[in-house]
Formats: sequence, C-alpha cells, structure tokens
Amino acid sequence: MSKSRDALIDPLFNNNPIALQVLGICSALAVTTKMDTALVMSAAVIFVLLFSNLFVSVLRHLIPTNIRIIVQLTIIASLVIVVDQVLKAYLFEISKQLSVFVGLIITNCIIMGRAEAYAMQNPPRMSLIDGLGNGMGYAVILAGTAVLRELFGSGALFGVQVLALTSEGGWYTPNGLMVLSPGAFFIIGFFIWAIRTWKPEQVEQD
Amino acid sequence: MQGSVGYNLIFAACVCLVCAVVVSSSNVALADLQDRNALLDKQRNVLLAAGFADDDERLTPEEVETRFELVDQILLDLDTGEVIEGVDPRDYDQRAATNDPARSRIAPDNAARVQRLPDSVLVYEVRDERGQLDLVILPIEGLGLWGTLYGFVALDDDLRTIRGLTFYEHKETPGLGGEVDNPRWKSLWVGRVAFDDKLDPVISVVKGVAGAIADDPYAVDGLSGATITSRGVTNLLRFWLGPDGFEPYLTRLRQNKGVG
Repeated sequence: MSKSRDALIDPLFNNNPIALQVLGICSALAVTTKMDTALVMSAAVIFVLLFSNLFVSVLRHLIPTNIRIIVQLTIIASLVIVVDQVLKAYLFEISKQLSVFVGLIITNCIIMGRAEAYAMQNPPRMSLIDGLGNGMGYAVILAGTAVLRELFGSGALFGVQVLALTSEGGWYTPNGLMVLSPGAFFIIGFFIWAIRTWKPEQVEQD
Repeated sequence: MQGSVGYNLIFAACVCLVCAVVVSSSNVALADLQDRNALLDKQRNVLLAAGFADDDERLTPEEVETRFELVDQILLDLDTGEVIEGVDPRDYDQRAATNDPARSRIAPDNAARVQRLPDSVLVYEVRDERGQLDLVILPIEGLGLWGTLYGFVALDDDLRTIRGLTFYEHKETPGLGGEVDNPRWKSLWVGRVAFDDKLDPVISVVKGVAGAIADDPYAVDGLSGATITSRGVTNLLRFWLGPDGFEPYLTRLRQNKGVG
C-alpha cells in the first residue's frame, strides 16, 4: 500500500516533474498567464498521462522493444488529439486560448518520460497511480505559477478582478513581466529554490 | 516470435488501426458541436462589433442566435461591391476561399501585409423596419506583431463613423498587443471617424492618447508597449476600407443613400 502512496505523493514535491526533473517547461511557460487555462491544461495533461501510462503498461509485454518509442508516441498522440477535439467541442473559449499548446502535449517530456521509465516496467494499476501523481505534480506547479502571474500580471484570479488596475481607475499597476513568458521562468525558478531549501536532499552535488 | 520483423509489422499495424479508429470516431462524433461553436463565436463577434452584445455578457447559444436574426449576411463580389445572388452566404467559408487559388488572388502590395484576397467576401448589414440601412459590419484582417489579426469593424449608417471594432483571433503578446481585445480599448473606437471629407480612410491608432472626438476624430489611443500591433491595426483598417478592400461596396451603399 505504501508503495502506491509513494507513487502518488512523491511526484508532488519530492520528485516533481517540473521542479526537480525540469520537464514540461515549455507549456508551463505558455499557459500560466491565467488560472483557467492553467487548470484546463493540467486536466488535459493528467488525462493523457493516466491513459498513456495505462495503455502502455497493459501492452508492455507485447510492445516490441525496437519500436517501443514510436508505439508509445502513437498512443500519446491519439490521446492528445481526442483531448483537443473534446476541448474544442465543450470548452471552446479556453481551447482558443490554449491554441497549439494542447497539441504540443504530445511533445511534453513528462508523458513520454513516464511511459518509458515507469509504465514499461510496472503493472497497470501502479502505472495509473504514477500517472496521476506526476500529473498532479505538473498541475501543482502550473497552478502556483498561474496564481502569481494572473494576480500580479492582470490583477485578477479566474478572470475576476481582485486588484483594481490603474487603467480602470484603481491603484494597482500590473507587472508587465508577469504576462510574458520570462515571468514564468522567474516564478518557477523561485519554486525550485523554495522546494530545495525545504528538501535539501534535492540539491545536486557539484 | 516477438522481435521478428513480421511481429513488429503486425503489432504496429494493430496499434495504428486502433488509434485511427479512436481518433476518427472522436472527430466525427464531435464535429457538429465544434462547427456550431466556431459559428457561434463568429456570430458573437459580429454582435460585439455592432454593439448588440457586451464583452462581459455570457450569452447562451440561443441568445446569440436570436440576436443574430437582426443581422443580414450578404455575399459580395469584392471588386464590384455587388451582391452575389444564388449562393447561400451561410455556407461560405471565407478563410477557406482565401486560401483556394481558384477562388482568390494575390493581393497587391499593402502595408497591412494581406497576402491573398478572396473573390467574394461576406459582410453583414443591419436594416431597420423600413429597410433603411442602420449599420454595416465588415470583416478585417492583417498582420500584427506575431501573426494575423482577424476581426470586424462596424460602420454607422453615414458609412463614415465607426460603431464598433473587435478582434476575435490574434496572436499578440498578452498584456501588450493582446490588449486589442480589451473592452475598454475597443470602446474608444465608438464614434471615431474612419473617412475624411474626401472619403479616404484616414483612421489611425496614434502613439499616446488621442484627443476628444470633436477635435481629433480620425485618431484612437495607441496601445502602450505595442507599437507594431497598433500600426498593424491602422494598416489593416486603411487597407480594408480602401480601394483594394470594401471601397466599391461602400461607394455603392453611399450612392444608394445619397450620402456620398
């Protein structure tokens, strides 16, 4: 039991895919200007990660070793297309804002990484848990980044104005850096710093 | 058995087959909903430009459709500005036509960096109960900083004054050029004058703040930190309101109304 708990909890802070392994950074920079896009993106990644881990794990004894990467990629790509279609049908506004980044989940290293490193060696149930854990680890960083970026970049949370902007007659001058991709770089950097201060064993020896 | 070329081929074929079935069935099952969303989004933006809907209004699909009944869709020949009869405008996909060499041509050199012009264009007219023109809504597009901006501009019945402007698709930087879809900035356009007395499109997005409408009718506040996007908006408006754009159509309307 504790093994499956570890698979679920570890990726949140101890072995976070973004903060420790520094994977999936591209989308973490692109979709975190607002909370709602960040959360929908996280949900999409969690879905793809769950099912790609599940299918790869179910097929792990059947997949020929020399074509395993392309088989994993075919499964992942199909799942991503399905997610993209569903978003376009049911969450049109948000899918417009996410634009290409839903499609780019295919290239998100977290998903390939978990399929290759975990699902190929572990049974389906554990792979599902691992997928959920890593997806949540991705979501935690995205949500944390998006809270700061939307609050300080647009003075809003979930699109609701929290800080009154000077352009609307209020007092808060939005921080332009926050709405640009480099803003996310700084925030994620601070997250990594904070996590490593809290858990010094993550600091690499040089 | 496993590891042989035959096994690999059969396995790969099976995976591809299953994935293809999943992908294509999701596409077929959801296509109607997606098309409806895209259409509603476009209609909502026509309504926004016309001032029949507000940005922060959350309209249900039914509300969009009801309000859109006020708007007539008209398919025009871009060169002559005459109405094309016998084609249902609702079936016309202007974006597809623009990319189809058989139904479009290369645009003359222009500052808005419009590459191709479709032979026919879709415009929207609103008429009052007596059939008098109330406003026209024209599709506009042109290059900003990162990509093409797509939007609508609505003109009052004098065919000079802007009733509204909206962009429904763009790739500009959020917070800078992306402010083209900020409701507050869009509201600055209402009442500005697009054409001077000689009916040349002179509207421009200026650097800094424009004066009051009475003193400075042809100018709109610039977007701070977004010089290139602002210039792009100026260029694309002047292009589409000019001789290569909707001038023939607007001239015909002016003659009909006797305001030219």
